[in-house]
Amino acid sequence: MPAIGVRHRLLRDRRVWIGLGVLAFMAVAALTAPLIAPYKPDAQLDIVQLAGQAPSSAHWLGTDPFGRDVLSRMLFGSRVSLTIALAAVAMAMTFGTLVGVIAGYFGGPVDSVLMRLVDAAFSIPPLLYIIVVAALWGDVGIVALTLLIASVAWFGVSRLVRAKALTVRDADFVMAARALGMSSWRIVTRHVLPNVVGPAIVTSTLAIGNVILLEAGLSYLGIGVRPPQASWGSIIQDGAERMSDQWWLTLFPGLAILVTAFACNALGDALRDALDPRQLQPLRDDDTPLITA
Amino acid sequence: MTHDQPLLVVRDLTKYFPIKRGVFGNISGQVRAVDGVSFDVAAGETLALVGESGCGKSTTGRAVLRLVEPTSGSVYFEGDDLLALGAGDLRRVRRKMQIVFQDPFSSLNPRMSIGAIVREGLTIHRLAEGSAADARVRQLLEEVGLRPEYATRYPHEFSGGQRQRVGIARALSVEPRFIVCDEPVSALDVSVQAQVVNLLQDLQRDRGLAYLFIAHDLSVVEHIADRVAVMYLGHIVEHAPVDALFSTPTMPYTQALLSAVPAPDPGVKRERILLAGDVPSPANPPSGCVFHPRCQHPARDAACAAIVPPLEEKAPGHWAACIKQTPTAVSWEAQRAAGGASPPEFYIPRAALHRSLDTSHSSPASE
Repeated sequence: MPAIGVRHRLLRDRRVWIGLGVLAFMAVAALTAPLIAPYKPDAQLDIVQLAGQAPSSAHWLGTDPFGRDVLSRMLFGSRVSLTIALAAVAMAMTFGTLVGVIAGYFGGPVDSVLMRLVDAAFSIPPLLYIIVVAALWGDVGIVALTLLIASVAWFGVSRLVRAKALTVRDADFVMAARALGMSSWRIVTRHVLPNVVGPAIVTSTLAIGNVILLEAGLSYLGIGVRPPQASWGSIIQDGAERMSDQWWLTLFPGLAILVTAFACNALGDALRDALDPRQLQPLRDDDTPLITA
Repeated sequence: MTHDQPLLVVRDLTKYFPIKRGVFGNISGQVRAVDGVSFDVAAGETLALVGESGCGKSTTGRAVLRLVEPTSGSVYFEGDDLLALGAGDLRRVRRKMQIVFQDPFSSLNPRMSIGAIVREGLTIHRLAEGSAADARVRQLLEEVGLRPEYATRYPHEFSGGQRQRVGIARALSVEPRFIVCDEPVSALDVSVQAQVVNLLQDLQRDRGLAYLFIAHDLSVVEHIADRVAVMYLGHIVEHAPVDALFSTPTMPYTQALLSAVPAPDPGVKRERILLAGDVPSPANPPSGCVFHPRCQHPARDAACAAIVPPLEEKAPGHWAACIKQTPTAVSWEAQRAAGGASPPEFYIPRAALHRSLDTSHSSPASE
């Protein structure tokens, strides 16, 4: 019954179509990169003639200082960036929500231990932490990088979810569920989780832009994506020092990140609203007799 | 359960909340929310629990259901000692004891349709499944005066009174024998209050329900209750059948409460008993009788501050905790030894109150 309502509301929402459209376009471009990319992403063209060229009909988005085609690099780079961003954020959202709900609902010592761990984790700069772990790990591939990024992205979600779960825990409907004899596990899944997913989704989608940039910073430091392999972040990072004269190196991948983050936010907002029955119109205000006997 | 035994027996129920201070959560004191409360509720009867905000009446209601864990005392329901039950047995017993809350907004999960809310109890206790459960949900909604078609609607689409009906249907779904009504009408408009109170009375008549009716509105209590217990600072200070309590209130506190009930007829002159000061903090209750700092009893003296008054039967069925009201087991000698100056005696209520004033007296009673 509620599932049909949610789907119905999602399908009627323009934000869903915009968000899904943009992400689908990105996904198709990433998957078909070898077919549609005009050049090989790591092919250095004539380094004397074609290095640092502004956008032109031959190179739509220009070339970088090594004479590589920026559009081709972005198409291949989107595979890395989108995979890491979506996977890491999905993991962070799941784990952060889980920890937040457990801490908020059970409270007491469980809450204290979990939240002090989160506080401690917050106090470590994420970049430093990832560098240290990556150094100990050795060769960091895409999967390892995704896990590392997810492991620093869940704190914020868990804090927010905990705060919401704390208020839900004290709501009378939770006490009513206990009075009916419902188990803690069922109370968490049926009553607490549905009331905390909204903020979890919104913070998580907001984190997508940050995660892409974090990946860029790590690429720059030689962790994760290594040259000549490209990601959106690494293209920006490479172009950062040439921003004054070769603006296309940063503008286009930056726009790609912005559009992705925007699409995810639109989708997240729509999902939050669709999951909230209060978005429906109120039925009636008065308490007139409801059965005409 | 034998028939001469009450449905619910509560003895010396106590709930202290620790006051934690500092980073290590050292316990620096206790809030005595409920302090040695005893009462019985018979099958099919309504016991009202009245008192000001913060006197512990809601905590009592929740402790009886073990929704907050009591500090000490005992609660027997149909002869089962609730506080000794494990999780499984407690679940079984909880089917028979339910609660209706005050706040119609916080008491329903905004993410669930009201059909799903009413259905939960059926699922938990496997009372009905599938289409049988659907039919039962519709029937329950109808019984509380809601259209069965509303089962697919969400709580925000309903008014306060309608939501309260949903909360009542949820409680009824598991076929309880006893319901704690925790100020079920306090948040509603007066006209809606009457509808919900009448619904509760109809359900009681049809199903033989027993209610612990927690309230601060005495006119509602007078209408619905069989017996009334008055709470002050975690103690029951007076306990009597509803007519006796309203016609001859014994405790000075009860008299003050009754005198504060607004009269429907503004032309009737009445004496208002105004209490001085505020309710003391339950973290640091007064010694002796907890009411003594605000008491206006003419015989109040130093003994009241020293001796904890037992709840005693002052007239048949009429219990009160006051050592200045005869009969009392606290002898005059004992009171004098504690610094008492005025002996206990039969005490004529200072103000003729409420109905007695509206009907039998033409002028306010003089002292």
